[in-house]
Amino acid sequence: MVTARLRDGFARPDGGGLQAARDIAAAVPDPELPMVTLADLGILRGVTVQDGHLVVTITPTYSGCPAVAEIAHDLRHRLGQAGFADVTVRTELAPAWSSDWITAEGRGKLLAAGIAPPHPAPPGAAARGGPVPLTLTATRREPVSCPRCGSADTTQTAPFSATACKALFRCEACREPFEYVKEI
Amino acid sequence: MTDDEFAAYQSLGEDSEDHRWAFGTGFTDPLEGIDASVPDGVDAAALAAYCLMLGDDALIYSHRLQQWMTRLPELEEETALANIALDLLGQARLLLARAGQAEGAARLDGHGRAEDELAFFRDEHEFRNVRLVERLDADFAELTGRLLVFSAWRLALFGELARSRDQVLAAIAAKGVKELTYHRDYAAQWVVRLGDGTALSHGKMQAALVAIWPLVDELFRADPVTAALPGVAVDPAKLRADVDAVLDTVLAAATLERPGAAPTGLVAGQAGRDGVHTEALGYILAELQSVARAFPDATW
Repeated sequence: MVTARLRDGFARPDGGGLQAARDIAAAVPDPELPMVTLADLGILRGVTVQDGHLVVTITPTYSGCPAVAEIAHDLRHRLGQAGFADVTVRTELAPAWSSDWITAEGRGKLLAAGIAPPHPAPPGAAARGGPVPLTLTATRREPVSCPRCGSADTTQTAPFSATACKALFRCEACREPFEYVKEI
Repeated sequence: MTDDEFAAYQSLGEDSEDHRWAFGTGFTDPLEGIDASVPDGVDAAALAAYCLMLGDDALIYSHRLQQWMTRLPELEEETALANIALDLLGQARLLLARAGQAEGAARLDGHGRAEDELAFFRDEHEFRNVRLVERLDADFAELTGRLLVFSAWRLALFGELARSRDQVLAAIAAKGVKELTYHRDYAAQWVVRLGDGTALSHGKMQAALVAIWPLVDELFRADPVTAALPGVAVDPAKLRADVDAVLDTVLAAATLERPGAAPTGLVAGQAGRDGVHTEALGYILAELQSVARAFPDATW
C-alpha cells in the first residue's frame, strides 16, 4: 500500500508526493521552541528522493544541541503517519547553521511569543579574514528591543539562557525579563 | 505566561511516543549521513589520533565544567557554564565519531570504535587531552581564567582548522568557531570584572593565573600526529602569537600581570598528547565512566 502510494506520488509529473512530504517536514515544530517550525528556524536543509526513498536533511543549531535526535524522530513519526514509511534523516554540518536563516515568518512568531529575534550575524571567518575580534564589554552596538513593550532600553543579564541559542535580557522600561535568540 | 503562549508547547504532545519519556536521551550517530571517506593521501590512523586529541580536550573539559553545576554564584552563571559544557560535549561527540570513522578506514577489517566506546572504555594512558583540561578548579577565578586560556586557544585552532583538507574536520571546526567565540567573550568579561574589581577579587584572579599558567606552554607543543597530517592538522606553534595577543589584551584591561611561572615539566619527555597525565584524570574517568562500565551492554 505504502509503496504503491509512494511510487504513485513520486511518479506524478508535478512531484505531488514529494511536495506533500516537504510540507509535512516543514511544519514539524521545533522541540525547544515549538512556536516555530523546522522550516522557520532554517534547520530543515532539504527533502529529496534518493533510490526511491525519502531523505530529509537537517542541520543542528549548536554542536551539542540535544534536540537533534527528537527532531529526527518527529520527522519519521509525522511522515510515517502520512504514509511515508521509508524515511532517512541525515545531518549536515557544513555550512554551519546561522541565525540569519530564521525566516521572516519565524521571526514574527518568536516575537509574538515574547522572544526577541536575532540581529544579523557577524561575517564568517572566510569573509572576515584574520582572528575573531574580542568583545570585552556586554554593551551591544545594536540595542535589542523588548518584545513586550518595544523599548530599546534593555540590558543583557546573561549571554546564555535555557538553551545555548538564546541570551537573557531585562527591559528597563517595563522591567520584564525576556530571551533573545543570539546571532551566530 | 499566557494561555496563547502555552498553546505552542501543547503541540509537542502531538508527537507523544516513547521517545519523549525523557528529553535528550535519543542518542544516534552525530555524523549520520555525512560522507565518512578520508581524503586521498591522508594518513587515516593519524587522522583518527588527531580527532581523539581534540575530542578528548573537549570531553574532559566539559566534564570539569559540568562538575560546577549547582555550585555557581548565580543562576545566570549556571546556565552559561551548562551551555558551554554542552557545546564542548557536542564538539567531543562529533570529533570522537570522526575518530572512529578514520580508525575504521585505517584498519583492514574496517572496524572503527563508536563514540561511546571511545569515551567510556579507554583508560587514562589512552586519553590524548592536554593536561590543562584535567585540573580541578580551586575557585571561580580559576574557572574563568582557565576557560579564557582554553577558549582563546581552541578558537584560534578551530579558525585554522576550518580550512582543513578533511571536510568533516573542517565542518566541525567552522561550527565550533561560532560557539567558542561566545565562550571566550564570556570568560574574558569575567576575568576583566574580577581583575579590575576589588582588591580581593584582583588578588584571587592574579593567583588563579599563577596557578594555571604552568600548563599553558603544553598547548603549543609540537607532536608527531600533527606533523604527520600536513594540510589537515594545525601546527599548534603557529597559534601562539594570536593567542598571546588576545590574552595580553584581556590581562591589560583587567590590570593583571602575565605570570612568569615555569611550565609544568614533561614526564620522560612526554605529556598529555602522549597519554601522560596528571593524577586528576583518573578521578574524572572514575566518575565519567562508572555507569557505562557497570552496565556495559546498556543502550541509551
